[in-house]
Amino acid sequence: MSQQTPRPQVGLFVTCLVDMFRPSVGFATVKLLEMAGCQVDVPGTQTCCGQPSFNSGDRASTKRLAKDVIDAFDGFEYVVGPSGSCIGMLHHYPALFAPDDPYRARAESLAERAYEITSFLTDVLNFDAILADYEHRVTYHDSCAGLRELGVKNQPRQLLEKVGGLDISEMEEAETCCGFGGTFCVKYPDISNRMVSNKTSNATATQADTLLGGDLGCLLNMAGKLKREGSPLQVRHVVEVLANMTDTPAIGESQYDLAKEL
Amino acid sequence: MQINSPQFKERAKTALHDPSLQKALGNLRHGFPGKRAAAVARMPEFEQLRDEGRDLKNHVIEHLDFYLEQFETKVIEQGGQVHWARDAEEARKAILDICRKANAKTVTKGKSMVSEEINLNDYLEEHGVHPIETDLGEYILQLREDHPSHIIAPAIHLNLDDVSDIFSKKHGTERTDDPAALMQEAREMLRKQFVAADVGITGANFCVAETGSTLIVTNEGNGDLTQILPRVHVVIATIDKVVPTLEDMTLFQRLLARSATGQEFTVYNTLSTGPRRSDDQDGPEEYHVVLLDNGRSEMLGGDFQEMLRCIRCSACMNHCPVYGAVGGHAYGWVYPGPMGAVLTPKLIGIDKAGHLPNASTFCGKCESVCPVRIPLPKMMRHWREREFERHLSPKGVRLGLGAWSYFTRHPKLYRWLARAGSFGLKLMAGKKGRVHSLPLSKGWTAWREMPAPEGGTFMDQWKKQQRQAEEN
Amino acid sequence: MSNAREQIFANIRRGLGRGPLEGDALDHVRQRLKAHPANCIPARSALAFNEQVNLFKEMALEAAAELHELDRLEALPAKVAELLPELGGGPLVMASEPELTALAWPEELPREERVARAGDHVSLTGAFAGIAETGTLMLLSGAQSPTTLNFLPDTHLVVLRRSAIVGPYEAAWQKVRELGGTWPRTVNMITGPSRSADIEQKLQMGAHGPKRLIIFLLND
Repeated sequence: MSQQTPRPQVGLFVTCLVDMFRPSVGFATVKLLEMAGCQVDVPGTQTCCGQPSFNSGDRASTKRLAKDVIDAFDGFEYVVGPSGSCIGMLHHYPALFAPDDPYRARAESLAERAYEITSFLTDVLNFDAILADYEHRVTYHDSCAGLRELGVKNQPRQLLEKVGGLDISEMEEAETCCGFGGTFCVKYPDISNRMVSNKTSNATATQADTLLGGDLGCLLNMAGKLKREGSPLQVRHVVEVLANMTDTPAIGESQYDLAKEL
Repeated sequence: MQINSPQFKERAKTALHDPSLQKALGNLRHGFPGKRAAAVARMPEFEQLRDEGRDLKNHVIEHLDFYLEQFETKVIEQGGQVHWARDAEEARKAILDICRKANAKTVTKGKSMVSEEINLNDYLEEHGVHPIETDLGEYILQLREDHPSHIIAPAIHLNLDDVSDIFSKKHGTERTDDPAALMQEAREMLRKQFVAADVGITGANFCVAETGSTLIVTNEGNGDLTQILPRVHVVIATIDKVVPTLEDMTLFQRLLARSATGQEFTVYNTLSTGPRRSDDQDGPEEYHVVLLDNGRSEMLGGDFQEMLRCIRCSACMNHCPVYGAVGGHAYGWVYPGPMGAVLTPKLIGIDKAGHLPNASTFCGKCESVCPVRIPLPKMMRHWREREFERHLSPKGVRLGLGAWSYFTRHPKLYRWLARAGSFGLKLMAGKKGRVHSLPLSKGWTAWREMPAPEGGTFMDQWKKQQRQAEEN
Repeated sequence: MSNAREQIFANIRRGLGRGPLEGDALDHVRQRLKAHPANCIPARSALAFNEQVNLFKEMALEAAAELHELDRLEALPAKVAELLPELGGGPLVMASEPELTALAWPEELPREERVARAGDHVSLTGAFAGIAETGTLMLLSGAQSPTTLNFLPDTHLVVLRRSAIVGPYEAAWQKVRELGGTWPRTVNMITGPSRSADIEQKLQMGAHGPKRLIIFLLND
C-alpha cells in the first residue's frame, strides 16, 4: 500500500461483551478496519464504557471510569467500536464533567473521534470495498443507541449491499427496541420478554434465515429468545458478515448444532 | 386517584398476562405511530416547528412570572376570575367554592388530566356535587369506576365488549356490539346532562397571555357543550400552560394534533375569553380560571425544568415499547409512559414512583417523537441518580454495581474476571452453545437462553496474536 | 388566595434565580407580546388566492365536511329547503345574521332565529373565515351568532364566503384583530364533523357535536 497518505490510526474499543462473549466480532472489526487501510491498535487498559453505572444513576463511578477510557484512548486519531450503544456512551462523557474540568475538553475530543464501525467505514472513510459472500436472506435490527444517538441506519445496509448473494428483507418495527436495555432485561424480565417476543416474531415473519445487528447486547437478547423458542433463525453481528467471517457458529449456536444440520 | 406506582412490577406482570388488555394495546401499537408518521410526512416544516416549539417553551419558562401576570390581567379585564392554587387541596377547594356559589348539583366535565391529578371527582362527589365526565372515553370509565390509562385516549385499555357490557348494565339498554350505536347511546344520555348541568369544568391546552383566553382541543365537541351550556365555566390549568400570543398558540396547535392522533388538525379548537358578552344569546355567565402550581414552580432551575415544556400530546407513550407492553394502569397513577416516568416522581415522590424512571431501556424513541424535544431519557436518568444518591435503589443492584465498577477500574483484575466468566459460561453451556438456566441471572434465563461465549477473551487472543507477529 | 398567588410567584422567581423582570428584559417581552411575531408558517398555504380556495376545499373534504358551491346567496333557501327533510326536518334553527335572515325564505320552511336546544336537527350560521391550511372554519360568537348553534344540532350548515378564505391560521387571527373592539367570547375553529375513536381506536363520526358539517361555499 502506498505510504504517501498516512494511514488512519484507530484505537479499537472492544466493548466488554465482545471481549467476553464473542471475540470474533472484535477480529472482524479489526479486519474491516485494516481492509479500509487503517492502522489498528487495542489499548490494553480499556475495560467498560460505563453504561451500567451511568444508567443506574451512579454518576461518580461513571465519571471515574470515563477518565480511564479518556486516558486509554488519548492520542488516537479515531476510536472505533462494534457497538452503537458503547460508542454512544463515549458521546455522553462531556456532560459528566464541569466546563472548567480539564477532562471536559478531553471528553469532547474523544467524542469527536469516536465512531461506531459501520458509520466509520461509510461516513468517515467512504469505504465500501467489501469482499464477502453470504448467500442468505437477512433481516436487520436497528439498535436504539446506534440509530437514535449516532444516526446509524443506512450505513450497515449500504455495506451489506456489497455482500455477494445477500438479500435484505426488512422487518416490521425494525427500529423498535428489542427489550435488552442493559440491566433493564434482568430488572424487568417480564416486560423485556414481551418486547423481545415482539421482535422475534417480527424477525421471523420476514422469512429471513439470519438476523443481523450492530450491538452484541441486543443480539444476545434476541438470540437467547430465538433459541428458547426453538427458532432456526441465526443471529450474527453485522461485522461478521461484512468481514466474511461466518464460519464460526452463530450466537447461541454450537458446532454440534451445525453438524446435526449437515 | 390512589397511588399504586410502588406496585409497578406486579401491575406490569398482571397486565402482560391479561389477553384482553394485550389486544387493546395492539390497537395502539398499530394505530398512533403510523398516523403520526403519515402526518409528519405531509408537513415538510415539522422538524423546524419542533425546534421552534422547544425554543418558545423555553422562552415562556424563563419568563413564566411575566406571562402569568399578563394572562391574569387579561382574564380579569375580560370579566373573568382567576384563582391561584399552590396544591391539589387549594385547587379542589376553589372549584368546590365556585360550585357552591352557583348552587350546583351536577357539573359536566371535559377531559382534563389535571382534574385527575387533583382527584377532583371524588372530592366533589363527597361534597354533594355530582360530576359527569363527557368525553366518551372518560364517560365509559366513570360508569366502570375506572381511571384513564392514557392521557388522550383514556379508555384505550378497554375493548368493544367492555363498553357493550357496561352500557347495557348502566343504561339498562339492550346490549349492542355496534360501536356507532354505542356512541349514539352515549350521545343521547349525555345530551340531557349537558343541558341540566349548573357548572361546566374543562381543562386547557393553552392559556394565551395576549388575550387572557384558554384553548381547548377536542374531536368530540364535548368540551364545547361543557362550557357553553352551563351558567358557569371553570377552567383548571397548571401554570406551565401559558403561551404568549395567538401566533405562539398556533405553533403548538400545529404540533399537537399531528403528534397526538396524527390528524392535520383536531376537529374543535375552541378559544374562550371571559364570560358571555352583554349582548350574547348564549355562553356562560361566569368564567373562572383556576391556575394550579402543584410542584411545577419547584421544577424551575433544576434537572427537570425541561419537562415543563410538555404539551401533553401523548406521542411519547404512543411510541414507547414499555407502555405498549404494559399499558397505562401499570404506572399506578395519573401520568403514564415516558412523560409520566419523569413527572410522576416529582408529583408523588421518587420513593413511591421509583420504578417508573427505571422501567425504561432508554431506547430514546420518546425523545425522537416529542414535539418540544424534551430529553426524556436524560431526565429519567436524573431520577435514577437521585435514587442512587438517596440509597433508594435495591441493595443487590448497588452491591453488584459497586463490584462491577471496582473491576472496571482495575484492568488486570478485570481481564481475569472476563476470562473466568467466559470460561465458566462456556463450561456450563457444554456442547449446546447456550445455557438454559443461570442461578444468578434468573431474570434472563426465565425467558431466554444465555448464549455461550465463543471461548477465550478478545484481549487475550489479541495479545497472543501480537506476540506471534513480533516473533515472526 | 392572594397568599397562594404570592407564594407561587416567589417560587417561580426563586427557581429562575431573579426578581421580577425589569429594564430591558421587561421591555423585550412586552415588545414581543405587542408585536406578536409569527413563528414558522408552513409553506403549504402560501398560494395564489384561487389555489388557497382549492386547498380549503380539498382539506375540508378530507376532514369529512360536505361542500356545496353557490353562485349567489339568494340560492341558499332553496338549497336548504331541499336538504332539510333528509336531515331530519325543521325547524331550521339559525343565526340572526342579517345577510341570512334577509333572504327570501319560503313560507313553508319552518325557521327559528334563536340559540340551539337539545333535539334540534339542523342549524344554519355564517362563518368568519375559512382557513385553507387544514380546511378549517373560524366562527366567532356574538349577538347574532350564538355558539350553541355550532354544537348542539345534528347537522350544522355553514355559509362561507369565498372571499373569507385565508391561507394559514395567522391570517385568520389577523382578521380577528382587525375587527377591533371587544374580543369575542368564543372563537371556534372547526375542521369537519364531530368524531371519536375512544372505542377500540376505531373512528366513529358524530360523537357529541354535529354528525354532519355542510359548508355552502359562496362564490362572491
